[in-house]
Amino acid sequence: MVPDFLVHEAADGVGVVVVEGLKADQEITGWVMKEDETVTIKILNDIPIGHKVALKDFAEGDTVIKYNTDIGKVVAPIKKGEHLHVHNVKTKRW
Amino acid sequence: MENTFFGYRRENGRVGVRNHVIILPLDDLSNSACEAVANNVKGTLAIPHAYGRLQFGEDLELHFRTLIGAGCNPNVAAVIVIGIEPQWTDRIVQGIAKTGKPVAGFSIEQNGDFNTICAASKKAMEFLQVASECRREECDIKELWVSTKCGESDTTSGIATNPTVGNAYDKLYDKGNTILFGETTELTGGEHLVLERCANDQVRKDFQFFFDRYAKVVDDHKTSDLSDSQPTKGNIEGGLTTIEEKALGNIQKIGTKAPVVGCLEKAVEPTGPGLWFQDSSSAAAEQVTLCAASGFVVHFFPTGQGNIIGNPILPVIKLCSNPRTLRTMSEHFDVDVSGLVRREINLDEAGDKLLDMMVRTANGRLTSAEVLGHREFIMTKLYESA
Repeated sequence: MVPDFLVHEAADGVGVVVVEGLKADQEITGWVMKEDETVTIKILNDIPIGHKVALKDFAEGDTVIKYNTDIGKVVAPIKKGEHLHVHNVKTKRW
Repeated sequence: MENTFFGYRRENGRVGVRNHVIILPLDDLSNSACEAVANNVKGTLAIPHAYGRLQFGEDLELHFRTLIGAGCNPNVAAVIVIGIEPQWTDRIVQGIAKTGKPVAGFSIEQNGDFNTICAASKKAMEFLQVASECRREECDIKELWVSTKCGESDTTSGIATNPTVGNAYDKLYDKGNTILFGETTELTGGEHLVLERCANDQVRKDFQFFFDRYAKVVDDHKTSDLSDSQPTKGNIEGGLTTIEEKALGNIQKIGTKAPVVGCLEKAVEPTGPGLWFQDSSSAAAEQVTLCAASGFVVHFFPTGQGNIIGNPILPVIKLCSNPRTLRTMSEHFDVDVSGLVRREINLDEAGDKLLDMMVRTANGRLTSAEVLGHREFIMTKLYESA
């Protein structure tokens, strides 16, 4: 089956949408590549192709993990299923 | 992967995959004469650029290394150099002459454009006819020097397209090829992963030196999110959120096997096989130009949102896995690996697909960037001229 989103590994808190046209309230299916597992999640926003969905709740100040590595800090609360991007996550570097 | 390809063996033993006769300006003033020569002598290639006047110190040395390196590249059969005055022109000529390939210099002062163009055109015609009789011969695959850089990346780059390059790099490492990566600032957030891959303490020290040097440049001039330059507007449109996320995707290109055997200054050739790091800007045309100046003959360019770059000397093989990008601008891509995000192919198959295109390109297939006339030759400039 063609996945709606991909997750690098189970330790990651985000998935990457790889299909076009996903709308809020849709139940979508993802593939966790490293562990070869299938997961489903209901998304709360429209999420464009290439963009990320939060796979858990995040509070302000939390660290976002992808590739099992720190990719930045949360600057506005994010609910599981919401669109996670530059409006709620920032670099820790510059 | 094939074990051989058909290339042009040059006087110094290196093998090229193209047979260009280039008309190379020393400086910005000489672009016009070079373009006139290339217009007179059909089949030669002018390589205009923006610099070469009043540079000094390391910036000037880099200018010379880049032009001499471009002329020395095995994809080039012969070179005409044109400059405003004879002395620096001759420095470029002498640098290229060490390869043994045909090279001649012409200068404009006390001749004017007309006389210079006439004399240079006659020599260019002679060089082109000699080059046209060069024949491809069968060569071991390991004689291909392969470089990489990603551009207009998005999340599909990190999840599928860059790992495809990584898989191909693992296989080329096993064959004994010379392979290279760079993009110093775009390793920010994953620099520890590169350090772990360094072959020994000296290489680690060298990498840290280049990384810290670039980090200082960024720190001295930085603005919030580097004025939307890292990540770029295109990266953000494609779903990349931070430099760390972009870097972790970028690093997928170096695969999982090869240790980093050495770190190079800009436009310096590696001295043996294996995986090399070269300090460079992350701007695509600057980095690819440095690869051309460092002797690389084929380039892997994974993209997410569709960077369309090419280079006059170094064939740039474009690969992509983003279905929207492949649908909307298909003429720019040589290898479609979108099967990865649809789970139709695995990474090993994607890597083989790229290597198959590498051999076809080495054998003479024109890349999309070559067909579309993308010849971005961009010198890296370190600081203001005097």
